[in-house]
Amino acid sequence: MNALEVSDLSFAYGAREALRQIHFSVPAGHFAALLGPNGAGKSTLIALLTRLYDVQRGEIRVGGHSLRTSPRQALRQLGVVFQQSTLDLDLSVEQNLRYHLALHGISRRQGSARIDAELARQQLTERRHERVRNLNGGHRRRVEIARALLHEPRLLLLDEPSVGLDPASRQALGQHIRQLCNEHGISVLWTTHLLDEVQPSDDLLIVHQGRLVASGRAEDVSEEHGGSLGSAFHRLTASGVAA
Amino acid sequence: MNAYWQCFSGIVMREWLRFVLQRTRLLSALVRPLLWLLVFAAGFRAALGIAIIAPYDTYIPYEVYIVPGLACMILLFNGMQGSLSMVYDREMGSMRVLLTSPLPRAFLLASKLLATSLISLLQVYAFLAIAWLYGVQPPAMGLLLALPALLLVALMLSALGLLLSNAIRQLENFAGVMNFVIFPMFFLSSALYPLWKMLEASPWLYWLCAVNPFTHGVELVRFALYGQFNLLAMTVCVGLTLLFALLAVWTFNPQHAALRKAN
Repeated sequence: MNALEVSDLSFAYGAREALRQIHFSVPAGHFAALLGPNGAGKSTLIALLTRLYDVQRGEIRVGGHSLRTSPRQALRQLGVVFQQSTLDLDLSVEQNLRYHLALHGISRRQGSARIDAELARQQLTERRHERVRNLNGGHRRRVEIARALLHEPRLLLLDEPSVGLDPASRQALGQHIRQLCNEHGISVLWTTHLLDEVQPSDDLLIVHQGRLVASGRAEDVSEEHGGSLGSAFHRLTASGVAA
Repeated sequence: MNAYWQCFSGIVMREWLRFVLQRTRLLSALVRPLLWLLVFAAGFRAALGIAIIAPYDTYIPYEVYIVPGLACMILLFNGMQGSLSMVYDREMGSMRVLLTSPLPRAFLLASKLLATSLISLLQVYAFLAIAWLYGVQPPAMGLLLALPALLLVALMLSALGLLLSNAIRQLENFAGVMNFVIFPMFFLSSALYPLWKMLEASPWLYWLCAVNPFTHGVELVRFALYGQFNLLAMTVCVGLTLLFALLAVWTFNPQHAALRKAN
């Protein structure tokens, strides 16, 4: 079963169309990069996927559950890392994680084991009692990833997670997330506007002016549209899309 | 049911931890009412005599009169500030995390309002303790009876704050809320002067005060503090709390704000 299915999704801010007939899926265990220039509609798509906005037309299914008709089941399958940090800086790492568990209705006892496991997986065990304010950007991101995985979702959604990180941390983060995909079968949707965050074996989705202009394995998309990812991206997003 | 309880207690725990860790918050919440009590009321005492009015059974100094209103002032500021930040955080920050919870959105918002109200009560009782030391000493039973009254008023004001922040685009910053909501509600109420005094000054001002929900909140707390029950104030507060909360939850839709901005 696909971890995420988006079909015929359209969204408009009044008269201005932000997304038009978007259609794609992310299979279990796949890493999908959603690439698009600023203003392409990525933020609107994230707002719809996280139920911040209501679906106007089309359908979103997370783990087989419709976000519109069974939002509770769908949200249970979804872990989110937002672009801007949403951690409480004055609280410790563990306190932040406990809050998230509570929001998902998971008891303290059950939650403790999950916190142990996630902190170990993110190599943060020794930071457990540290205030988030004292952590560097890379570690804060890892805390957010640990938090997003605590309730054992099928799909991990990361909205421009590398913003504000230095190059070494960016690379480490990408490797880490791909490892999660390979070893644990978690599906990932990673949005970015940076070409170097996409690897040839990734699933690639390119959005431009609210439309999905290309999808497929990154190396196939590159080959089909110009040889390299850079030239393909430039060709697909350089001009306006015909209506 | 257990999931709901876990979620609610988690939200309360987060507010509690934030409150404990940000000690300056308690201090700044106390400075305002204490200035009114220790400076304004002391100066005003000479100018204003208070006749015997319910729930008091004797002549009282002005400081005694003003304390319930100042307790409610803490709730008013906290309620408005808390709700404004909920709206501000809606599209980024902590509210987005809250809204990814699989539990119903109405439950999450109600829990958040209740949690911030409970934290406000701590600030009110810290203020009442200082007022006690200063010499304003309601009966011990009154301090206990005031607890549910204060909680109800806190909920009413938080829900009103959320509703206003949802509905009125101009209330985007706290200065706007101060000028157009907090000050009018506070001054046009029975917090600083009894309504009969207002009637002497101006009938239409009196009526504005009489229909102000904050007046009823203050009176509910004032009566409870002296072991009495004010049915009118109670009815108004319960009714308005339900109304404001329902409307606030109903209008709390981030999409509305995004569409409004775009148009």
